[in-house]
Amino acid sequence: MSYALEINNLKKVYSGGTEALKGISLKVNEGDFYALLGPNGAGKSSTIGIIGTLVTKTAGNVKIFGIDIDEDVAIAKSMLGVVSQEINFSQFEKVIDIVTTQAGFYGIKKSLAKPKVENMLKRLSLWDKRNDQARTLSGGYKRRLMIAKALIHEPKLLILDEPTAGVDIELRREMWTFLKEINTNGTTIILTTHYLEEAEQLCRNIGIIDQGQIVIDTSMRDLLSKLDVQGFVLDLEEPLDKAPAIDNYSLRLDDPLTLVTAINKDSSINKLFDELNKLNIKVKSMRNESNRLEELFIEMIKK
Amino acid sequence: MEKPKKINIAITLWTLTSKEIRRFMRIWIQTLVPPAVTMSLYFVIFGSLIGPRIGSMDGFDYVQFMIPGLIMMSVITNSYANVVSSFYGVKFQKSIEELLISPMPNWTILLGFILGGVCRGVMVGIIVFGVSLFFYPDFNIVNLPLTILVLFLTAILFALMGFINAIFADSFDDISVIPTFVLTPLIYLGGVFYSINILPEIWRSVSLANPMLYVVNTFREGMLGISDVSISFSLSMIGLFIFLLTAASLYLLNKGIGIRE
Repeated sequence: MSYALEINNLKKVYSGGTEALKGISLKVNEGDFYALLGPNGAGKSSTIGIIGTLVTKTAGNVKIFGIDIDEDVAIAKSMLGVVSQEINFSQFEKVIDIVTTQAGFYGIKKSLAKPKVENMLKRLSLWDKRNDQARTLSGGYKRRLMIAKALIHEPKLLILDEPTAGVDIELRREMWTFLKEINTNGTTIILTTHYLEEAEQLCRNIGIIDQGQIVIDTSMRDLLSKLDVQGFVLDLEEPLDKAPAIDNYSLRLDDPLTLVTAINKDSSINKLFDELNKLNIKVKSMRNESNRLEELFIEMIKK
Repeated sequence: MEKPKKINIAITLWTLTSKEIRRFMRIWIQTLVPPAVTMSLYFVIFGSLIGPRIGSMDGFDYVQFMIPGLIMMSVITNSYANVVSSFYGVKFQKSIEELLISPMPNWTILLGFILGGVCRGVMVGIIVFGVSLFFYPDFNIVNLPLTILVLFLTAILFALMGFINAIFADSFDDISVIPTFVLTPLIYLGGVFYSINILPEIWRSVSLANPMLYVVNTFREGMLGISDVSISFSLSMIGLFIFLLTAASLYLLNKGIGIRE
C-alpha cells in the first residue's frame, strides 16, 4: 500500500518545555480524505507545521509519498500543499501576483503559470478580484486565495488547517464541493476542522489527537457505529409544564414546546412515541439534537 | 507513482528576486525618492553653502570629496534597510511560510533577499550620483571597475547585515535599533565628510577600528583616486566579512532560528 503521508513516532518539545507531540504515528492512504481532529492545543497544528517544515521536530520521521523530509525535502515539499490556519500572504500584493509568485516558488515558469493561475482563480471565483490588493478581500475570499495558493503547483497531498473557520455556510458548502472534486481527481486531502459536521460530510477516515497523542485512527463509518446514544429534539404541539417521566428514556424540557431526549442505540424510538401518545403528548416535528460526530468527539476527549 | 521532477532553482530565485524588486519599486516614493532629496540637501548645505568656506579636502573641492562618501552612505543604508524591512515584513505577515513550505533551498531564499537589497542599494547609489552631477557636473570617475566592484560588494555586505538583523528581530523596534544607534554613527564617523588625516593622532587611530572607513575610502579611491587606508586590505576585509556573514546567515536559516518554531 502506498501512503500519501507516513508519520512515525513524531515528537515535539518546544523551547519552553511544552511537549506538544508525544510520539505520534499516522498513516494516510493515497487518495484518502482524512480528518485530523482534536481540541485546541492537542497538537494538530504542530503536526501540520512539522510536515510543512514550518516547525522543527524533536524526534521521529515524516514521509510524503515515501520520501523522507529529512532526506529529500525539496522533492517531498514539491508534492505538498498546505492551507494554514492563519492568513499568510502579503496583504499589499494583488491576488493574481500572489498566486503567480507562489507558482514561481515551485519552479513553474511564468508562461506556464499564467494559464494555471487563471484557471485556479476562476475555479475559486477569484478571477474578478485578480487585480485587487489582498488586504481588500473579505474573509471568505482570503480563504479562497489561501486554497488557490496551496493548489497552484498541483500537489498530490493537500493539508488544510481549519480552512473554513469564520466562513459563512454558503461559502463553506462551496468549498466542500470543491474539495470533494479535487479529492475525486486524485489529490489526497488531510483536513483539520472544528466543524465536525464538515469532517463527517467529507472524510472517509479520521484521526483524533489529544494531548499530543493519537487516541483514535479509524474509518469514519467505524467511528460513527460506536455511537451508543443519539440525541433528538421533539417540537411539541402543546406546551408542557415539566418533562414527562418515561421508563428507560431520559427526557428534559428545554422550553414548554421543546422536549429533548437521548436514545440508546438499542432502544426503540417508536416505543418512545407510543409512550408519549399514551400521555397525550403530540409531537409536531423531530430533528437530531446535534452532530453525531460531535457527541463522539466529546466522549473520546473526556476519556 | 510517477517520480516527481526536480524543481527549477533558477526560476525560484528569479521569482523571489523580482518580487523583492517589485516590492521596493511599488513604494518608490518611500524607497527611491528620499535618498535623492536628502542627498540634495547635503549637497546644497555642505557642498554649495558651507563647502567653499571649508576649502579643499585632500586636494579636492569639498563637494567633490563628499560625493563618494554620500553615495556610500546611501548604498549602505538602503541595502540594509531593504532587506531588514522586507524580511522582517514577511516574518511579521507570516508570508515567510510561502517560502518555507515551498521546495526552495535556503541558499536561494538568502540570495533572493540579498539580490533585492543589492538592487535597491545600487539603484539608490546611481540616483545619488546623478543628483551629485547637478552640483558638480565635471566629476570624473578615476577607476570605474574598482568603483563598481566596491559599490556591489558594499551593497552585498550590508544587505547580509540587514538579513541577520531581520532574523533576530521580534518587533519593528528591533529593525530600527541597529540602523539608528550603530550604523548611522559609524557611517558619519567613517570618513564620509572628512579625511581622517585632519584628526588628531588618537582619533585617527580610533577611526581605523571603524569598518565604514574602509568601505568609504575604498570607494573614494575608485572615484577620486585617494584613500586613507590600504585598498587591498580593505577589499580583503570586505570579502572576508561577506563570506562570514553569508555562512552565518545560512547557518541561521538551516537551524530555523527566528523563522521556524
